[in-house]
Amino acid sequence: MTGPIITLSNVQKYYGDFHALRGINAEIEAGAFFSLLGPSGCGKTTLLRAIAGFEDISSGQIALQGRDMAGVPPNKRPTNLVFQNYAIFPHLSVAENIGFGLRKAPLSAQDKSRAVTDALALVGLEGYGARAAHALSGGQRQRVALARALILKPKVLLLDEPLSALDKKMREQMQSELRRLQRQVGITFILVTHDQEEALIMSDRIAVMFEGQIAQLSDPQTLYRRPASRKVGAFIGMMSFLPASAISDDTVEIAGLGRAALAPDQCPEGRPLTGLVGVRPESLSILYPGQAADRQARGTVAERAYYGDMTYYDVLLEGADAPVSVSTRNMPGRAVFERGDAVDLAWDPAALVYFAAS
Amino acid sequence: MKGGRFLRSYAIVYLAFLYAPIVLLPLFAFNAGSVISFPLQGFTTEWFVALTQTPALHIATLNSVIIACTTAILSTSLGMCAARAGTRYVFPGKSGILGFVMLPLVLPEIIVAIALLVILLQLGLSLSLWTVVLGHVLICTPFAIAILNGAFAGLDKSLEEAAIDLGETRLSTFRRVTWPLVTPGVIASLLICFTISLDEFIIAFFLSGNDPTLPVYLWSQLRFPGRLPVVFALGTLLVGLSLALLITAETMRRRGLRRSGRQDSGGFL
Repeated sequence: MTGPIITLSNVQKYYGDFHALRGINAEIEAGAFFSLLGPSGCGKTTLLRAIAGFEDISSGQIALQGRDMAGVPPNKRPTNLVFQNYAIFPHLSVAENIGFGLRKAPLSAQDKSRAVTDALALVGLEGYGARAAHALSGGQRQRVALARALILKPKVLLLDEPLSALDKKMREQMQSELRRLQRQVGITFILVTHDQEEALIMSDRIAVMFEGQIAQLSDPQTLYRRPASRKVGAFIGMMSFLPASAISDDTVEIAGLGRAALAPDQCPEGRPLTGLVGVRPESLSILYPGQAADRQARGTVAERAYYGDMTYYDVLLEGADAPVSVSTRNMPGRAVFERGDAVDLAWDPAALVYFAAS
Repeated sequence: MKGGRFLRSYAIVYLAFLYAPIVLLPLFAFNAGSVISFPLQGFTTEWFVALTQTPALHIATLNSVIIACTTAILSTSLGMCAARAGTRYVFPGKSGILGFVMLPLVLPEIIVAIALLVILLQLGLSLSLWTVVLGHVLICTPFAIAILNGAFAGLDKSLEEAAIDLGETRLSTFRRVTWPLVTPGVIASLLICFTISLDEFIIAFFLSGNDPTLPVYLWSQLRFPGRLPVVFALGTLLVGLSLALLITAETMRRRGLRRSGRQDSGGFL
């Protein structure tokens, strides 16, 4: 990874009165798997289409390898887009679809057909070249769309929710395959998704977008462990929030848990510490009979969800007025608690994140 | 079961009512008697021979074919532009404009014909084949738009974007993606416009001046009872031709659908 391949500087986009992109600033490193993650209507697809050249931006700059892309049409940009519905040409065969963009390439017919064969192999569709495009399954169409874009060796491959049309099994398979493909070809991938799990699994870097702005841009682990705002924390994975009030400059009293000293990186929104403390389900652990911990809290099981390998409990802590979510790995010999059971929890201050009140 | 029997006889009567007159055409076209009445008087092909020996008929046929071909091409071209605009772009007053474009579909033809005649004469234009083409384009374009709207609406916008993304210009995108996918609709539109123009009478009657079209010529022949079997012979040929055209177009349309793997929705047959 060497330097940014795409630089977004104060990118703004208006649709009439609607402010779709509100000053996007980001650098995307060459060779990275970069995700734009956010709920529908947050502007992530608009941003992707602006990078591809299908949307003109109202102000700001999109630079690709330092070159301003303003006024450059999509067919002249070194980017290729994999469409959400794949946009496979129904009147062409699989091979004709994949070779579509090679028409003007300065290659002999032989080289072109070899390139198509290689692209088919790259996405695991050897021997499918002569098939009619409309006779393919969803996963196969996805592969054809990928091969058709990658054969042009773009600097950046843009993917618009490419997995949303697939069923769960297929989606999981394609997630790891996309990651493998990206490492293999070394091209920068920019993925648009509303699925936080998908973004965490596949990405090197994730930009979380809300209402036309980037709320946080970081690697998946930082994003999960140290969300920059309460909204990000709630959007990525599960997070429970407990009221907290300042005791001293760095110490808080947390409802239901007790006192904790927080390091500066646990307070992305600064001090003073009166607001909410966010806690992930796995950073609270249930104490089974005979176990003890330095920091303990007591509560009652309010709700239970059994997932086979895991059980999720909503536990109402003593002194708190809303339950917290706790996850525990199911093991042989460990009882699964019922609603109304009293449980003791162990907690670790290092796993907490503090957010300002509003 | 009683209702079933009623419905079945209703269907048979309905079909008989529709097609009996058309069956009469070849019947009398090959009938030796010059009076159109039963009983039939024996087999002859002399009326078909008479067709080949009537120069005025040949001129009228040629006029009609020229008008129908020109009308089909012009209406379909205009229809493609309108269908494209209607399905792709958003602009102020869109629904109102499209409504006005479709209006000739329901206007009484005789009103259109008189209005056109008055305007053309006011403009000092002389009546010719081209004035008929003008009138026919006016009434055929709504049909073309209706057919092509379906073809363009079924065309996914992202297919064209994908082609542009893969390096094609707008023009080459049209050639490589849009055109092949709307071709069945274009053929259907050409065919319908050709057929409408070919048998249109009122506008042609008002605007054709001294160059009669086939329907106008046929109408003029009705004054001579002795010519009636010849008219029937001509009618037989026209029905045969129409059927052949329809079957060809439908075959092409289905082939197009099969090739692009799209769901069959409607069609002629």
